[in-house]
Amino acid sequence: MELLLFNVFNGFIIGMFYALMALGLSLILGLNGIINFSHGGFLALGGYLAYSLTPAIGFWGALVLSPFLAGLLGLVVERGLIRPLYGRDPLYSLLLTFGLAMIMQDLIRTFWGATGLPFSVPSALNHPLSQVYFFITGYRVFLVVLALLATAGLFALLRYTRVGVRIRAGNSDLETVSALGINIYRLRAINFGVGILLAGLAGVLAAGRLGLTPTMGTSLIMPSFVAIIVGGVGSLLGSMLGGIIIGIAAGVMTTYYPAASDVIIYIIMAVVLIVRPRGLMGQEGLLE
Amino acid sequence: MNAPTTESAGGNAPAASYTAPAFRVRQLLPSLLVWALLLSAPYWLPLFGGYTALGSRVLVYALAALGLNLLLGFTGGLSFGHAAYFGLGAYGTGLMLKFVTHSTPLAMLVGVLTGGLGATLFGPVTVRRRGIYFAMITIAIGQMFYFIAVRWNSFTGGEDGLTGFSRTNLHFGHAVLNIHNPVLFYYFALFFFAIGCAVIKLVLNSPLGHTFVAIRDNPKRLRFLGVPIGVYIWIAFALSGFVVALAGSLNALLNNFTSPENLFWILSGDFVIICVLGGMRTFWGPLVGAVIFVVVQDYLSSITVNWMSFIGAIFVLAVLFFPWGLLGFFQRRIQK
Repeated sequence: MELLLFNVFNGFIIGMFYALMALGLSLILGLNGIINFSHGGFLALGGYLAYSLTPAIGFWGALVLSPFLAGLLGLVVERGLIRPLYGRDPLYSLLLTFGLAMIMQDLIRTFWGATGLPFSVPSALNHPLSQVYFFITGYRVFLVVLALLATAGLFALLRYTRVGVRIRAGNSDLETVSALGINIYRLRAINFGVGILLAGLAGVLAAGRLGLTPTMGTSLIMPSFVAIIVGGVGSLLGSMLGGIIIGIAAGVMTTYYPAASDVIIYIIMAVVLIVRPRGLMGQEGLLE
Repeated sequence: MNAPTTESAGGNAPAASYTAPAFRVRQLLPSLLVWALLLSAPYWLPLFGGYTALGSRVLVYALAALGLNLLLGFTGGLSFGHAAYFGLGAYGTGLMLKFVTHSTPLAMLVGVLTGGLGATLFGPVTVRRRGIYFAMITIAIGQMFYFIAVRWNSFTGGEDGLTGFSRTNLHFGHAVLNIHNPVLFYYFALFFFAIGCAVIKLVLNSPLGHTFVAIRDNPKRLRFLGVPIGVYIWIAFALSGFVVALAGSLNALLNNFTSPENLFWILSGDFVIICVLGGMRTFWGPLVGAVIFVVVQDYLSSITVNWMSFIGAIFVLAVLFFPWGLLGFFQRRIQK
C-alpha cells in the first residue's frame, strides 16, 4: 500500500511536468497553430541555465531568471524562424521545430557535456515532511505547489488581463481579432514566449527532481503530446488533466508491472482515441 | 444546360488522356536515367569516393521515404511516426534470423508482415483525426514501439540493440547467391527496391491512387461526394507501412544489427525531411532526398561530432528556403 502511494505521488509529480509542458504546447498550438517540437529543447535549456546560474545567484534567483531567459530565446526564435511559417502547411513548422530540437539538444550536449549533471536544491527543501510517508519531501511538495501556482497564474492571465482575453479570442477567430486592429504578430509572439516560459520553469523544477541530461527534453515531450491528445486539443484544462492522468497511470503501473510503465500512457491514448476521438475536454474538429 | 457540359468535357478529355509518343519518351526519360544510375552504382560509386554499403543505405532510406511519400506526398497524411514500421520490419527480420530460421527470404517476409500489419492495425486509430492532430498521434504511436523495444530487454536486446544474427546466402536449387558480398547485397536490395517502386507506381496509376491524390487536394469535396476518406487514408497508411517495413527489413540485413534507433522519432523525422528535400509531390523526390541526406550525414559524421546540429540546420534551411524540394523546384521551373 505504501509503495502504491509512493508511486502514485511520484507519478503525480511527473504528471505535473507533463502538464506544464502540455500547457505550453497547447497554448502555442492554439494561437500559433504549430506543434513546437523544440519545446523539450527549451525545457532542457531552462534546467541547464539554472544549473549554471545557481553558483552566481543562488537557487531562488535561478528559479526566477532562467525561465525568463528561456522565454527570451523563445521570442528570438519566434521572430526569426517561426514567424515566416504562419499560414503555411503545418508540415513545415513541424519540420523546422524538429530541426531546432536536434540543434538545441546537440548544442546543450556540446556546452554542458553528454553525461548527466546533478542539480541540488536548497537543503531546507530536501528533508521529509512526514515520518511515515518519507517520500513526501519539501521539494516535492514545493514543486507541486509551484506548478499549480504557475497554472493558476496562466489561467488568471488568460481570464483577467487584456492580453489574455485577446489570446483567447485569437484562439477562436484570429482573423476577426486582427480586423479589430490588434497586432496579431505581437500577440502570437507573446503567446509563444509565455509557452516557452512554462517550459523553462518545468525545466528548472525537473532538474531538481530528475537531474540534468541533454535528452531530458525529448523524453518529456512525447508524453506531453499524449497528454494533449488525451486531454483534447483546444482545452488548456484538458491538457493539464491529461498530463496528470498519464503521470499517475505510469506511477501505478510502476508498482505492479514496471516494464510497462512507459507503454501504458500510449495505450491510454489509443483507448481515448477509439472511445472519444476528440479527447476528454477537446473541441470537435479543431485544427483539422 | 447539357450542351456546354459535354462540350467542355469533350474539349478537355484529349489533352488529359491522349499523349503523343514523343512526349511519352520524354516522360520516361527520368525514370530510365534513374534506373541506369542505380544499376551501375557499384561501378561508379568508388570513383567519387563512395562505397557500396553507402549505396545500399541510400536504397534503404529511399525505399522507406518512397513508402512514406505515398501517404505524405500523395495522400496528404502528415505521418511523423513511420520509423515505427521501419523498426518493426527490422526487428521482425532480425528476430526471425536469430531465433527461428536461417532463411533470409522467410525472415524478410515475416519482417514485412510485422511492420505492414502493425501499420494496418494502428491505421484506424490515427485516421480518426487529421492535420496536426494526425501528426501528433502518429508520433506518439511510434514512440510506443520504441519503448517496447527498449524495455523488453530479454527479447529485443534493449537499448544495446539486437545483435547475433546475420543475413544468410540465398539458395536457388544448386545455385547460391552470396549476399555477404556487399556488391551482391546491393543488387539484392535493388531488386526489392524495384519491387517497392513498382507497387507504389502501380497504386498511383490506379483509381485508388487517383483517390489518394484527390483526398490530398480537396478532402472536403470528397467527403461531400460520399467517399469514406478515413478508409482511404487507412489504406494508404497500411500500404506505406508495408513498403517502409520492407525497407526496415533490408536495413536489418544490411547492418546485421537492429537498434531502438530504428524505431526512434528522429528517424521518422529523417524520413519526412528526405521526402521534403527531394520534393514530396514528385515520384523520385524521396530517392533524390535520400541521396542528399545519406551522403551528407555520412560525410558530416566523419568530420564532426556535432553532425546533429548540421542535420538540424538542414531541416531549418530546407523549410525556410527550399520548401518544394529539389525535384519540385525543377518541376516548377520547367512548368513556367
